[in-house]
Amino acid sequence: MSIWEYANPKKFMAWTAPVLTWVSVLAALSLAAGLIWGFFLTPEAERFGSTVKIIYIHVPSAFVAINAWLMMLVTSLIWLVRRHHVSVLAAKAAAPVGLVMTLVALATGAIWGQPMWGTWWVWDPRLTSFLILFLFYLGYLALWASIEDPDTAADLTSVLCIVGSVFAVLSRYAVLFWNQGLHQGASLSMDETENVSDIFWQPLVLSIAGFVLLFVALVLLRTRTEIRLRRAAALETRARSL
Amino acid sequence: MKALILRDLRLAVRAGGGFGLGLAFFLIVIVLVPFGVGPDQALLRSIAPGILWVAALLAALLSLDRIFALDHEDGSLALLATSPLPMESAALAKGIAHWITTGLPLTIAAPVLGVLLNLTPAAFGPLLLSLALGTPALSMIGAFGAALTVGVRRGGLLVSLIVLPLYVPILIFGAEAVRRASEGLSYATPLLMVAAITAGAVALLPFASAAALRVNLR
Repeated sequence: MSIWEYANPKKFMAWTAPVLTWVSVLAALSLAAGLIWGFFLTPEAERFGSTVKIIYIHVPSAFVAINAWLMMLVTSLIWLVRRHHVSVLAAKAAAPVGLVMTLVALATGAIWGQPMWGTWWVWDPRLTSFLILFLFYLGYLALWASIEDPDTAADLTSVLCIVGSVFAVLSRYAVLFWNQGLHQGASLSMDETENVSDIFWQPLVLSIAGFVLLFVALVLLRTRTEIRLRRAAALETRARSL
Repeated sequence: MKALILRDLRLAVRAGGGFGLGLAFFLIVIVLVPFGVGPDQALLRSIAPGILWVAALLAALLSLDRIFALDHEDGSLALLATSPLPMESAALAKGIAHWITTGLPLTIAAPVLGVLLNLTPAAFGPLLLSLALGTPALSMIGAFGAALTVGVRRGGLLVSLIVLPLYVPILIFGAEAVRRASEGLSYATPLLMVAAITAGAVALLPFASAAALRVNLR
């Protein structure tokens, strides 16, 4: 009994059904707790006023946007190496979620930046790399959409995902070349001095957990839909050949 | 491999449009920019490095869908796949042929067009150098994008969308090298980065392109 048995579509459908329910409930609970705690029960930060509360959406969505791509990279590699269909379907399912998270991070950043920096958009390294990440998601989805044969599409998008990851990292460091930018440093690094203070930190971690759980729930749900779509397509081909 | 490069070059010359298209596009963009932003010499001088690089990149982008699509349509790509030449070498040869037909003429033409944009005299050398070092990477990345989309009908838009984010690092470093040179700063670091990306792209991307081609020919 190896871990790969859970990637068998039938088994995958069986174990994800209860897990999906639990993850959804947990996501809803921690999102509600984290956001309510963050929005209503934390003091307003000096100099920033109440605008600081947008970080409870901004930071988690950015976190998920980056890690969604990482997850797609891992599942694409698994598909190329072990040819598990569920793996590549999970990558396909994660891409639109990652795209939306990138958009949310960009939009909340712009909404926050307008009163604070006096502009909706600057070509700051972090903002720019997120825009590039957004383009990567678009290209990946467009390639999926334009190829009909599912296995060909799976192979090609996986190759694109791997090459894209290399170039995404390259771009991330290339944009640092311009300037250090307006964006503040990491909110959640292990380095204590750089961190936001504790009262903001605890609800923030809770909302990040909520966003991650939400991501897992959405990906599971979308993967299950993709598996069902595959089955429907197979049934249709069989019906036509009869 | 040499035969394949020569065949592609001959095709480009005899079928027409191979050399001319990218160059003409480059010329058009560079000539149109001053009409768009106005004839202010100081402004043109400051934006010249970026405009030259962006225009060269777009000109290279224009001819990408020709790299594999025509060969795929008439079946010669399938013949290539069955020939003793490894697919990786074929992908590399295609990239080199694309570079000779677009990247090389663009590099040679860029200094001439730099005059139109009032580029600082000190920046002409670095412009030539950065384009010579950077355009091979544009061709290799483009060949990879073309290999991914070779089975897609009218894949031109799709190639652009896929290749666009991949072009970002090379554009940043290439334009940065020219900009620093035009301001009299040291431009060695961005130029070395351009060379590094090109070396990496030439060495590794043919494998990715060949993998994509094999999938598309399955």
